[in-house]
Amino acid sequence: MKLCLQNVGWRVRDKDIVQGASLDFEPGQMTAIVGPNGAGKSTLLRLASGLLRATSGDVWLGDASITTLSSAQLAAGRAMLMQDSPLRAQFTLRELVAMGGQISAPFMSTSVRLELAGLLLERVGLAAFAERDVMGLSGGERQRVHLARVLMQLEAAVHGTDRAPGFLLLDEPISAQDLSRQHLVLNLARAHASGGGGVVLVIHDLNWAAACADHIVVMHEGTIYAQGPPEQVLTNALANRVFGLEEGRVRIHAATGKPYVLPHDMICP
Amino acid sequence: MIMARRHVVLFLCALLPLLILVMAVSLNVGATGIHLTALWQSGAEQTDSFADRVVLTQIRGPRVVMAGLTGAALAVAGAIMQGLFRNPLADPGLIGVSSGAALATACMIVLGGAWLNLGAGGLQAEIMSTAWAVPVAGMLGSFVAACLLYMFATRGGATSVSMILLAGVAFSAFSGALTGILIFRANDTALRDLTFWTMGSFAGATWSRIGLLCPFLLVATWVTVRLALPLNALLLGESDARLMGYPVERIKRLAMFSVACAVGPTVSFVGAIGFVGVVVPHLVRLITGPDHRLVLPGSALLGAILLIAADTLARIIAMPADVPVGIVTAVLGTPLFVWLLTRTHDRERLA
Ligand SMILES: Nc1ncnc2c1ncn2[C@@H]1O[C@H](COP(=O)(O)OP(=O)(O)OP(=O)(O)O)[C@@H](O)[C@H]1O
Ligand SMILES: [Mg+2]
Repeated sequence: MKLCLQNVGWRVRDKDIVQGASLDFEPGQMTAIVGPNGAGKSTLLRLASGLLRATSGDVWLGDASITTLSSAQLAAGRAMLMQDSPLRAQFTLRELVAMGGQISAPFMSTSVRLELAGLLLERVGLAAFAERDVMGLSGGERQRVHLARVLMQLEAAVHGTDRAPGFLLLDEPISAQDLSRQHLVLNLARAHASGGGGVVLVIHDLNWAAACADHIVVMHEGTIYAQGPPEQVLTNALANRVFGLEEGRVRIHAATGKPYVLPHDMICP
Repeated sequence: MIMARRHVVLFLCALLPLLILVMAVSLNVGATGIHLTALWQSGAEQTDSFADRVVLTQIRGPRVVMAGLTGAALAVAGAIMQGLFRNPLADPGLIGVSSGAALATACMIVLGGAWLNLGAGGLQAEIMSTAWAVPVAGMLGSFVAACLLYMFATRGGATSVSMILLAGVAFSAFSGALTGILIFRANDTALRDLTFWTMGSFAGATWSRIGLLCPFLLVATWVTVRLALPLNALLLGESDARLMGYPVERIKRLAMFSVACAVGPTVSFVGAIGFVGVVVPHLVRLITGPDHRLVLPGSALLGAILLIAADTLARIIAMPADVPVGIVTAVLGTPLFVWLLTRTHDRERLA
């Protein structure tokens, strides 16, 4: 089942925030969306998830427009981690993660639900906090609890079947993570793709994007500026035009053949 | 701080016998000095014990039941509002039901008298006698107010919760002013009726009024049962709830509908009773945590218990006079409210 954007646009107060975006996200693939602040990346993800209704164009999940899917079908077909979600209610981490699967897997028994939630907390490295309440978590921990909840939504829906999980849409999932947790989160995303689910992530770190994604989409001023495999997309010319980097900043890593950006000598002395 | 789930369920179960106890005590005391024992003293039709039984079954009985239903309705409505607005200090009146009912009631009491006299006679007088006209007007007022606020806050199919809040405050102020004009015009009897309405009382409770109230409360209950899980999800924010698959707009509509259904009719019958809707859900949440599957039934039970207790107090505090129950809840509720405010404030400062 593919997730397709067909000429999608979103217009607010006579301003096109996103326009003419056509993209195909394949299951089993990891796509990274990069671009400067305000380029429209989060908006594009919200459109793809159906949280925003496109003002032009259409979003398709498989062969159905997402506007025609029931909210339960949509919940099983895609889940999204937002750029920031507050956490104010005093649920325990386990309860909160379990809530993720309430609609996407309505017939799952409470005990299985809580067990699966525990498993997911373990995967995001928060097993020790499972019975603690979510108030007072650190920023990075909070982001990973939400990640576990989002994974729960998709995995609960296919629990006990051999169907592939739905699309995982992640808006800057490593923005609050330390280096080793960045690794952990991206590995979880990769594992989701290997399990047959599609992954779309917005990410600012071009090095991570080049290293982990099969496919890179560059957004600039509300349009899709370029897309393709990392080595074709992340060129010096693009880095110069989109991010304003001087020529020669993007190099090719000798061992992996992937492009990378070395910004160390860019800091003013 | 939050109890384990098993303990919480036990706690809720313990409220049930407490409710029965409070009801029994409330039935047992009153100005006439009749006790529950009169119920099982055999008595022929014309004896004293028969009259005693009438006091118990026709005066105190409906009064206790009305107090219980009102307490449950107000507390559950408060819990729903607090969940919907994600604000622990939200109250059922926020969607205009109370002020709408107050305005319509004032209209009826002050201006309705003359009109009612005109239409006197036959069936119409039966239905439109003041005893019924005032609550029916109140109900209409509360529903109209809730609908107005809903329409005002809904743009392009999406209802803005903060708009409801702001419009609710504005509407309360405006209807307060209109009520003021009516009070200014009112004669002495109307003024007295109106004043008593704003203080709330169960003195007028009868079985037939309860009968009229029940369908509304049943509908509200039926809707509310379906709201527990969605309200939990809404605590994470509207966007996350929608992404998880909850039909958020429908939930908001259902929540407002169920609050209007529960609060409008009750307030119209018993008048304005403050603080139950704010304080009770908050107290319950201190014990159960935020899960609405526990908060809603807990609020219903505790609301009923507290309001029956308050009404009992109202009856015996200045015997044989009957203090309006709204005064009792306000006198007891205000300090609690302030305590809750400072508590919330402290927690936010720590967080
Ligand atoms: N509801 C809205 N009304 C007006 N402008 C909006 C609205 N939503 C987004 N925008 C504007 O659209 C642009 C794109 O926003 P978006 O959040 O998609 O950016 P982004 O690419 O995710 O940026 P960042 O990297 O900073 O997260 C921004 O300039 C933003 O101000
Ligand atoms: Mg963004």
